[in-house]
Amino acid sequence: MIALEKPQFAETLLFLEDVTVTFDGFRALNKLGLDVGRGEMRAIIGPNGAGKTTMMDVITGKTRPDEGRVLFGDIDLTRLDEAAIANLGIGRKFQKPTVFENHSVWTNLELALKANRSPWASLRWVLGGEARDKIAATLERINLLPAFASLAGDLSHGQKQWLEIGMLLMQEPELLLVDEPVAGMTDAETEKTAHLLRNIAETRSVVVVEHDMEFVRALNVRVTVLHEGSVLAEGNLDAVQNNQKVIDVYLGR
Amino acid sequence: MIQAPVTPILGRGGVIFLVLLLAVAILVPVLNLFATPGSALHVPDYMVTLIGKYLCYALLALAVDLVWGFCGILSLGHGAFFALGGYAMGMYLMRQIGSRGVYGNPELPDFMVFLNWKELPWYWQGFEYFPFALLMVFLVPGALAFVFGWLAFRSRVTGVYLSIITQAMTFALLLAFFRNDMGFGGNNGLTDFKDILGFPVQASTTRAVLYFCSALALGGCFILARRIVSSKLGLVLVSIRDAESRTRFLGYRVEHYKLFVFTVSAMMAGLAGALYVPQVGIINPSEFSPENSIETVIWTAFGGRGTLWGAALGAIVVNAAKSWFTGLLPDAWLFILGGLFIVVTLFMPKGLAGIFSGWRWAPRPPVTEAAKVSTQAAE
Ligand SMILES: Nc1ncnc2c1ncn2[C@@H]1O[C@H](COP(=O)(O)OP(=O)(O)O)[C@@H](O)[C@H]1O
Ligand SMILES: [Mg+2]
Repeated sequence: MIALEKPQFAETLLFLEDVTVTFDGFRALNKLGLDVGRGEMRAIIGPNGAGKTTMMDVITGKTRPDEGRVLFGDIDLTRLDEAAIANLGIGRKFQKPTVFENHSVWTNLELALKANRSPWASLRWVLGGEARDKIAATLERINLLPAFASLAGDLSHGQKQWLEIGMLLMQEPELLLVDEPVAGMTDAETEKTAHLLRNIAETRSVVVVEHDMEFVRALNVRVTVLHEGSVLAEGNLDAVQNNQKVIDVYLGR
Repeated sequence: MIQAPVTPILGRGGVIFLVLLLAVAILVPVLNLFATPGSALHVPDYMVTLIGKYLCYALLALAVDLVWGFCGILSLGHGAFFALGGYAMGMYLMRQIGSRGVYGNPELPDFMVFLNWKELPWYWQGFEYFPFALLMVFLVPGALAFVFGWLAFRSRVTGVYLSIITQAMTFALLLAFFRNDMGFGGNNGLTDFKDILGFPVQASTTRAVLYFCSALALGGCFILARRIVSSKLGLVLVSIRDAESRTRFLGYRVEHYKLFVFTVSAMMAGLAGALYVPQVGIINPSEFSPENSIETVIWTAFGGRGTLWGAALGAIVVNAAKSWFTGLLPDAWLFILGGLFIVVTLFMPKGLAGIFSGWRWAPRPPVTEAAKVSTQAAE
């Protein structure tokens, strides 16, 4: 691992150390380390199978690492389940867009809105004025205001990606993990998404996994390259792209 | 201004269902008690009991639909909750027999005298009191569902595996209740009931009241179930059904939601069983048999999964057909039922309810139908 540039964020929000995950003897993550600052946006790139999604699984409690530490602030995430981690303030967008297809766009956001998550509270939930304003503001932000009453299942692929990002925003997370947000998007949609994520990153920490180099360039943030479950290089996009190890990994495949 | 979508508590189908149910609830007993016997309008006693039985099945199907249609929990063991509610009521009815049994023992039911038991087992204590028995009608199935669900949902058992263990649960109870030393009358179960709250169970008036109570229970549970599924809790249930891990990553404790709805549903099934037993006059272990639970799922699928009223309607229609066919062609019923299930699965994914909702008089898709309350009006 070559450090190409010193991180300029004083405080660490997400810290991974020596994280190892094996599936039937196969090491999907191999002593992975990562350090994301509070307020930072970080792009993660790497060939297919590098372990990017598995890394998100570990952070969000879906997969337990065999070894290593995952700290969010000073809380160890490896002991918590998905719901607890989500409620700590980590939102996640899946690689395959996952929204509630049988609910309206509005309802998708309403369900994601930060609130008491207990069954009893849900039974007694009444949509208040403040909640409505938040939902409306998010609808506007993700370009889905005209579609608020449509079934989420009727949205286009790109719109589903936005809706899912909108659902993350409703959770008011400190950290957003966004897995391949522009896969399957048109160029215009990709551009809008980059704009949206940059906008979000002004107030929150964001980790974006993406293959699309144009998109990563548009984000203009520090890049971490994963390969075979470890960090291969880290720095700005140009430096990383000129790194010999990175070139070997991408061209050698 | 945006109109926030809200799910109506009852909806058009629900209102029609309740109106029809109320009509049937009143007309059948009135025509039984007050129309001249022999006239075309008169409803014979056996018919009152038969329809009352269907209403209990409808409540059971409603309970199944609540967990299956809205939360994706395909329970193949709901017959167990029904039977437990039935046994709780049966125990009360047994205690009411008193010294009128064959052996004339004032304390012990006949089967216990027959087994040479000297005193009432501890778990029979209290069942002579109706309020206690009624409490148990809810508590016993509810507690079983809670413990079972806690273990299953916490371990994230889902899909086919969950269905199989619910089936195993009811089968285990079937075997247990067959045993004489369990103290529930073994093979023969509980029967020869005399009266309920001091009224003879065989009397026309008692039957009419039991019938009316069944309709009331069905209507009440329907409204309660609609209240649940039209709330945010209900929306979360559907989210769990459609995208369980998405729901978890939003911070919802999926197992708590499943546990809640599973327990409520089991209590509804218990109530259905409790109303069923005094009307049919017997409860025995065969009520636990796995086929019963599977049949209930077929009624639900036939009526229309995920609509509640469709499930209730499905139970009534299939059971009416069953009564008719078993009179006509006793051996053919199982084949007809199997055929019905295949037809529904292949050609009628929305069941009977799907056919009826095709008859809309205002063309409005589901979402916009929900989007009626304006943002200002709801404040
Ligand atoms: N649940 C799993 N079981 C077995 N192997 C898995 C599982 N999840 C991921 N893998 C393997 O781990 C490696 C990393 O996968 P993933 O994290 O999805 O890669 P990326 O997102 O970088 O494309 C892949 O080789 C994949 O096949
Ligand atoms: Mg991936």
